[in-house]
Amino acid sequence: MTEETLNKLRILTESAKYDVSCSSSGTVRANRGQGVGNTVGGVGICHSFADDGRCISLLKVMLTNYCIYDCAYCINRTSNDIPRATLSVSELVELTMEFYRRNYIEGLFLSSGVVRNPDYTMERLVRVVKDLRTIHRFNGYIHLKSIPGASRELVSEAGLYADRMSVNIEIPNENSLKLLAPEKNFQSVYEPMKFIQQGVLENKEERRHLRHVPRFVPAGQSTQMIVGATPDRDRDILRLSSALYARPTMRRVYYSGYIHVNTYDKRLPILKQPPLVRENRLYQADWLLRFYQFKVDEIVNDTHPDLDLEIDPKLAWALRHPEQFPVDINKADYEMILRVPGIGVKSATLIVNSRRFGRVTSFHLKKMGVVMKKAKYFITCGELLSPSVNELHPENVRRLLVPKPKRNIDERQLTLDFGST
Amino acid sequence: MTIFVFDRTLDGLLTAVFDAYSRRSFPDILQGEGCPLPLFYDEVHTVITDDSKAGRVWKALQKKLSPEALTSLAVSYLSELPELDIHLFRYVCKAIDSPASIECNFADEDVLFVVNTFRKVRYERLRMMQFIRFQKAADGTYFGIMEPIYNVLPLAIEHFRDRFSDQPFLIYDKRRHYGYYYDGQELTHVTLDESLPHFVTGKLDEALLDKDEKLFQDLWRTYFKAICIRERLNPRKQKKDMPVRYWKYLTEKQG
Repeated sequence: MTEETLNKLRILTESAKYDVSCSSSGTVRANRGQGVGNTVGGVGICHSFADDGRCISLLKVMLTNYCIYDCAYCINRTSNDIPRATLSVSELVELTMEFYRRNYIEGLFLSSGVVRNPDYTMERLVRVVKDLRTIHRFNGYIHLKSIPGASRELVSEAGLYADRMSVNIEIPNENSLKLLAPEKNFQSVYEPMKFIQQGVLENKEERRHLRHVPRFVPAGQSTQMIVGATPDRDRDILRLSSALYARPTMRRVYYSGYIHVNTYDKRLPILKQPPLVRENRLYQADWLLRFYQFKVDEIVNDTHPDLDLEIDPKLAWALRHPEQFPVDINKADYEMILRVPGIGVKSATLIVNSRRFGRVTSFHLKKMGVVMKKAKYFITCGELLSPSVNELHPENVRRLLVPKPKRNIDERQLTLDFGST
Repeated sequence: MTIFVFDRTLDGLLTAVFDAYSRRSFPDILQGEGCPLPLFYDEVHTVITDDSKAGRVWKALQKKLSPEALTSLAVSYLSELPELDIHLFRYVCKAIDSPASIECNFADEDVLFVVNTFRKVRYERLRMMQFIRFQKAADGTYFGIMEPIYNVLPLAIEHFRDRFSDQPFLIYDKRRHYGYYYDGQELTHVTLDESLPHFVTGKLDEALLDKDEKLFQDLWRTYFKAICIRERLNPRKQKKDMPVRYWKYLTEKQG
């Protein structure tokens, strides 16, 4: 541990930071005095928040940022002239342990550039996590990236030590992927995903007979897609996510607004700003899929292939389906109450619990934390609230709910359109 | 208007409930000892905390409420909010009077207030688990200090004891002037002399630090800076998720 480690850490963090996944959720494992650390499950623990507002839960580094691949969207592509470094296994292990003991982190998120070939790289990753778990008795969270193209044996070994594994799809469309990352194809991404899934399912079956079989990737797997680097529509992205969530071990799909890191590459669009609003809308849609019992075709379909950037996807759905409203708070099913804009999982649970004791009125709703500004057009609760979405017409409700631009644009001022392209 | 004065402990509050039923008069105001009384009132009753009375009320509650609701009741009291007292008092009375459990009636003002307070306390517990930062001292003890807004150290300490079971540590709540010391075996409740410089600044003196401590702090700060994507700067979200009141003791926000 010296000044040189400091430099290496800086370089390898800069290289790893475009991976968005950072959760430490999905597995509960007490320590019971067998080593260092535990995992808490639930939503996990975020130990800090960087200046860009993203959470820091795990020590997110690469083992090395040397890479033989030349993926157009990646900062670490072989044709980029950036500082390169490699951490030794002992350095990385010590960093993880010492950070963990100071309560800086929840565990390790380890990935790597591909050196020599996928199997060679994967083997080195496995060595790090094996060292951590067996020699240093590290019992915290480990998220391990599976290298596309790695063999089944290595993935199976890694799964014994990691809590979560992930393979990034990056581009939701195979043709675009081949264009931007000539060395990759969907096969190379889905293969390790399938290995992980099979491993988990086999392990589950085995544990049914022998309770003490160690768990295999207990927190399941996740993946990531880049948004805005290819002309893919939100429909394509969300359909893929929905198909992935239908698989037994897929826990999270992350969306990463494309950041223009390789400005010289003509295959990529020129973006002044990462598409942050679109990314946010995709996450909202993702939440609708996972917690609000929406089907993907209700959120995006062929008539509405993209999410509305001005209003959230749930409100957009409600405005497209005024015939479903108003919803009677005191009678409707939980599922239907959950679909009202302005009511979330928490307030919907409170509502269905409370109404067994008496009528729930708008006064109660406000106290429970319902966003009445939105919800009032979509509910009835036995009192005169405000005209419903049907009386006002969806387009008028939309006008009322779209956030007003902060600065007033002077309409008398002539603006010249120089064309945005 | 009837006023009950009690010692602001949970047992005291439960004794107040017992007294109210035995006197057949219920308070309009419930306040701690030493608080100034309002200008006009009919009578003041001073509650003398009695474990057996409190125990009887608790037993009655156990018959009416689920174990989860009882936990939320006790945990919400750790918020130490003065406005919680009367809500909690009415909650307990309603629970005793009602034939069925009222714990899910969130339309009731008192139930909702207690549940919301419970949520806030749980959240502060999570914040403690997130934002405690240890500094390693030369003798191998890890030192962490914090000023949580609610009294959550008793709720969080079990998590730290399990997680760091092989390292001695001290976690100190500076706002409430107590902490827990763990020597690798046992937890001890401690109160220390807070005039020492490291209790004032939250930083251990260089002479007291482990030889590698400075390096790891630098490494952590380097990591913290490097992980940020400059194109996405968002200080508003950072402050929302990591309120400024915690920054004083965060390694990455110092130096």
